[in-house]
Amino acid sequence: MVFQETNSPFNHQQAELLNNLLPSLTESQKQWLSGYLSAQAGASASVAVLEKPSTNVAAKPVSKEVTVLYGSQTGNAQKLAENARKKLQEKGFEATVLSMSDFKPNQLKKLSNLLIVVSTHGEGEPPDNALTFHEFLYSKRAPKLSDLQFSVLALGDTSYEFFCKTGVDFDQQLEKLGGTRIYPRVDCDLDFEEPAEKWLKGVLDGLGSVEATAEVSVSVSNGTVSVETKPAVEYSRKNPFPAEVLENINLNGRGSKKETRHIEISLEGSGLEYEAGDALGVFAKNEPGLVDLLIQEMKWNPEEPVVIGKDEGPLPLREALISKLEITMLTKPVLQKAVDLTDNENLKELVADRDALKEYMDGRDVIDFVREFGPWKASAQEFVSILRKLAPRLYSIASSLAANPEEVHLTIGAVRWNSFGRKRNGVCSVYCAERIEAGDKLEVFVQPNKHFKLPENPETPIIMVGPGTGVAPFRSFMQEREEIGASGKSWMFFGDQHFTTDFLYQTEWQKWLKEGVLTKMDVAFSRDTEKKVYVQHRMKEHSKEMYDWIQAGAVFYVCGDKNYMAKDVHSTLIDILATEGKMSAEDAEAYLKDMQKNKRYLRDVY
Amino acid sequence: MADSKVELKAPEGKPDDVERIKRESNYLRGSLKESMLERISAGISDDDNRLMKFHGSYLQDDRDLRLERLKQKLEPAYQFMLRVRLPGGISTPEQWLVMDDLATKYGNGTLKLTTRMTFQMHGILKWNMKNTMQGINNALMDTIAACGDVNRNVMCNPNPYQSEIHGEVYEWAKKLSDDLLPKTRAYHEIWLDEEQVAGTPQVDPNEHEAEPMYGALYLPRKFKIGVAIPPSNDVDIYSQDLGFIAVVENDKLVGFNVAIGGGLGMSHGDESTYPQLAKVIGFCKPEQIYDVAYQIITIQRDYGNRSVRKNARFKYTVDRLGLENVKAELENRLGWSLEETREFTFDNNGDRYGWVKGVKGKWHFTLFVEGGRIVDTENYKLMTALREIAGIHKGDFRLTANQNVIIANVSSQKKKHINDLIEKYGLIDSEKISGLRRSSMACVALPTCGLAMAEAERYLPTLIDKIDEIVDANGLRNEEITIRMTGCPNSCGRPSLGEIAFIGKAPGKYNMYLGAAHDGSRLNKMYRENIGEAEILRELGGLLSSYAKERENGEHFGDFVIRTGVVKATTDGTNFHS
Ligand code: SRM
Ligand SMILES: Cc1cc2nc3c(=O)[nH]c(=O)nc-3n(C[C@H](O)[C@H](O)[C@H](O)COP(=O)(O)OP(=O)(O)OC[C@H]3O[C@@H](n4cnc5c(N)ncnc54)[C@H](O)[C@@H]3O)c2cc1C
Ligand SMILES: Cc1cc2nc3c(=O)[nH]c(=O)nc-3n(C[C@H](O)[C@H](O)[C@H](O)COP(=O)(O)O)c2cc1C
Ligand code: SF4
Repeated sequence: MVFQETNSPFNHQQAELLNNLLPSLTESQKQWLSGYLSAQAGASASVAVLEKPSTNVAAKPVSKEVTVLYGSQTGNAQKLAENARKKLQEKGFEATVLSMSDFKPNQLKKLSNLLIVVSTHGEGEPPDNALTFHEFLYSKRAPKLSDLQFSVLALGDTSYEFFCKTGVDFDQQLEKLGGTRIYPRVDCDLDFEEPAEKWLKGVLDGLGSVEATAEVSVSVSNGTVSVETKPAVEYSRKNPFPAEVLENINLNGRGSKKETRHIEISLEGSGLEYEAGDALGVFAKNEPGLVDLLIQEMKWNPEEPVVIGKDEGPLPLREALISKLEITMLTKPVLQKAVDLTDNENLKELVADRDALKEYMDGRDVIDFVREFGPWKASAQEFVSILRKLAPRLYSIASSLAANPEEVHLTIGAVRWNSFGRKRNGVCSVYCAERIEAGDKLEVFVQPNKHFKLPENPETPIIMVGPGTGVAPFRSFMQEREEIGASGKSWMFFGDQHFTTDFLYQTEWQKWLKEGVLTKMDVAFSRDTEKKVYVQHRMKEHSKEMYDWIQAGAVFYVCGDKNYMAKDVHSTLIDILATEGKMSAEDAEAYLKDMQKNKRYLRDVY
Repeated sequence: MADSKVELKAPEGKPDDVERIKRESNYLRGSLKESMLERISAGISDDDNRLMKFHGSYLQDDRDLRLERLKQKLEPAYQFMLRVRLPGGISTPEQWLVMDDLATKYGNGTLKLTTRMTFQMHGILKWNMKNTMQGINNALMDTIAACGDVNRNVMCNPNPYQSEIHGEVYEWAKKLSDDLLPKTRAYHEIWLDEEQVAGTPQVDPNEHEAEPMYGALYLPRKFKIGVAIPPSNDVDIYSQDLGFIAVVENDKLVGFNVAIGGGLGMSHGDESTYPQLAKVIGFCKPEQIYDVAYQIITIQRDYGNRSVRKNARFKYTVDRLGLENVKAELENRLGWSLEETREFTFDNNGDRYGWVKGVKGKWHFTLFVEGGRIVDTENYKLMTALREIAGIHKGDFRLTANQNVIIANVSSQKKKHINDLIEKYGLIDSEKISGLRRSSMACVALPTCGLAMAEAERYLPTLIDKIDEIVDANGLRNEEITIRMTGCPNSCGRPSLGEIAFIGKAPGKYNMYLGAAHDGSRLNKMYRENIGEAEILRELGGLLSSYAKERENGEHFGDFVIRTGVVKATTDGTNFHS
């Protein structure tokens, strides 16, 4: 068509330019331009017009390369990335999906379409396998990326202060380096499925080639014949397996201040499989008593049907609050949305004050909240639709499938604390500790963790640091190594409060030591002696030997508490490398970074 | 008369494995040092545990928790029992406070006063053993040879009433205990890093490893010495391997009658094992008792049974070789003969409770401690009370052979303060409890004793509650009838010398014995086998009511059941089972 002021939103001058320009453009230039403009302007009117040429083009589909890089600690981002690969291929794209740690940064310059799916861990830190790439983008070596189109899907959890920080980092930095957005960044909370779909759809539209779908999808649907032959139901986070609990015992002896449950679960008939190092996702239920308290406070009718999430039918309110919604933790979005549901002015003020809000949310739950900020003018339905979905909890698998066919074992520490005059319980851990017995069912799914695996070579020595519940994956490592008769040396560091009551799986460790499955074990019990001893102290006591093991190629694993233990172990490791290896602190750190790159320093901390 | 033809020798037979452990131990060292440092288990190897006994300690586990912990994938609740060597049972207030503190800090918060007049602590973790040992050492006490195949803690009647005599006898008992100690330095190396505090037993530095008396294999079995001061037989002199009975003539200690070959341990269903009473073989002067003890011990060392531990005690050696022959061998080794036995009489083997005034205007308070357990409970703060008393007490504490304690040598002024504390804490007034309970004794048994077949210390008090009803119904409240219970036939509570006794057979089941002499001079006899509480009460109901009605005046229950033919008298250990 020929543009005129009358048939287009352009003024005379613009129309002139376009009329001269457009015919001279190559297909790919048009393609690019359309994508560029659509991304630039989102769904704005001007694009609607420009979509025309782009669709013409797509009529004879050209395959486009799209690279999807993910940074994932517990597997969510990875799963979504894999998922995006399918969709992209259906649309005829050549999709490459890589963990950021497997991607060579020098290739970045060559990319034209980059999708990033990344979660945030620690306190706003990138997942381990995103560390180096993240660092690279912020380094001097980062190239100009003016030819790059990108979009970022950020995974996070609004209960953390730095929500989706890593995703934000990538999004901003890629723009800074000259990249242009195919589709605006989407930040996901724990219930990430819906927003993630929305993001992918937006990206696909942004990339264009809508018609192309038809042809390609045909070829895929041929392919899907094979897909049909897969087991009828595939259990996943979306569709968890109701697994029977075989055993549920407290590992802590009488008089202990701790309660750590050892739970054995049957996977029979689920087709679920896992490897040592993977985690199991568990869907818990809220305490009925707590739910009833909330219903009382709000004078709701427990039977009133409410709808949670669009693809689910209505549920009785009580049922929904028990098994679907998060009521034990407060998050910023929930409080923000709540402002409209009450006339209470104080809430507006609170939400406005970042720090006050943060402080308020800490240690309080929905019941504290509704008590304080009434009167509520919202209906039950209105209120529950602002609540977060009850997210599954992850637990490092404590068993080896080879050693326990069709079983999975967990080691769960009951989380209990007091705040604002009320006893508080961790939803999932206390659900498992107090309300799940042998014979009951638990809704579970397997969460693979590629980044916490035994070395391929069974002769490789391993050092395991797993105090408290951090012991879990190492029990699975030992069972696995016993099964395959691995000959590599192994060294376990365990710690807890008291030797007599808190030495988790003591008799099993003693057996592995006696039989040589485990080469060496050191333990630290913090409350048995006047001055506290922790695993890092035991490491230091064996500084030299530890260094020798590392020199001999040992893989170093850490699992458990991220806030204190993992940090102390990390710095102790640096000390040991520095002292024994006669390095500067910097070199020691570099050395450790290198171990991390080469998958010889692996962490599963929470 | 000594049969000069018999030539004495030890029984043939493959040595028991314990003999190997001793031989390989390099004078009681073994691998204890290393075992105590190992951190993955709170236990130690069986071999090391054998040696541990010579150092006054046992590895045990809390039997209440065994099954539960097995399920929890935890090893048994291993812990150490520690027994102090406290000759004659005398402890200063300072020492009492140290024991109290150690028991609270490292033990299970209780102290056990034993039937051999000393302290035991339970529940000590491996890594706290060294600190505990050093704490004890710093308080000028030790645990050397409190257990093991050596001479044990020497008992001595704590009778403070005639202080000079007692003081003198006590000094001899203490000297015996010290002089008969093993000479190895293992204990000092393992526990004290060779540090020595003035007052701890000195070992001859030139005689380093050598054990002149014991030799590298020590004794075939434990060996026990007691010293009695008539008329009190509280130390149950006849139950000792070697007993010395003080002979006092016109207020002077002239010497000791010597009794040998006692011992009470036995095994159910094995008649080759039996309790036996020591027999008096003569008299010696005070300065001679060490030589007598030394030679008796070497006789047992040379002729005792090293192949069957069950028959290894000196009592079996004496019965096998013949009393006269052993006496001859003794005199032969001594190079001189014992004098004629001197006159003596015992009236009982119990304690005298409450305040008693001794010579030099000093007062003594004997406190009944049920089962010998010093512990604070909800409504009886015994441990605290004694701690506070120790805090102001200027005299001493005397642990009795009946698991009680005497707060001794209290000045008339202090008496009031101490009595205030006694009242403040409502410490048991012996007047208010039955004579039966006053005369009761129970061994530790469950949960710490690995050999217990049934409850004892934890059960006897409630059983006595029920027997007391019978006692009261028959007007026998103040009748002092000795009643003893043990969890197994090892007889740590000297049950075979109880007028009424129960020896554990299985949980809730006991063999019932009757007919021991009130003064501890006659063993009892089995009356019923393997019975539970209901039957026990039924039997005692009948027996006590007929005793109340038919006893002759002053007749003790133990004699009554024999006169009335309820049981046959046991005239010698060898006919205990018949
Ligand atoms: C604490 C005490 C009982 C009490 O409640 O007071 C005691 C407690 C134990 N005795 Fe005993 N005996 C105690 C006095 C006795 C007595 C009474 C006495 O000596 O006046 C006897 C009977 C007299 C005798 O020796 O014949 C006694 C005969 C035994 C025996 C059997 C010995 C035998 O000849 O067969 C054993 C088992 C063994 O030695 O094999 C034994 C073994 C034990 C052990 C160490 C169990 C073991 O070997 O594993 C018990 C520790 C239990 C615990 O948890 O504390 N205990 N034991 C007494 C400590 C005395 C002391 O301070 O040294
Ligand atoms: C990869 C991975 C592996 C894991 N493996 C294991 C494992 O093997 N074993 C295991 O036990 N756990 C493991 N966890 C932790 C587990 O997922 C849960 O976080 C934990 O069980 C708590 O969940 P909950 O539902 O019981 O508590 P929640 O209901 O989630 O409550 C926990 C929250 O309560 C709040 N809180 C806790 N204590 C206090 C306090 N003192 N004061 C104020 N607020 C407080 C905090 O906000 C905390 O986040 C793992 C986590 C991850 C990510
Ligand atoms: C130990 C830990 C720390 C976390 N820290 C943050 C954080 O600081 N900010 C955030 O937005 N999300 C945080 N999260 C939430 C994760 O980003 C979220 O669970 C995400 O779905 C994980 O995706 P992944 O499985 O791909 O790693 C954290 C999760 C864990 C387990
Ligand atoms: S008598 Fe038996 S049960 Fe009682 S303490 Fe002695 S060995 Fe243990």
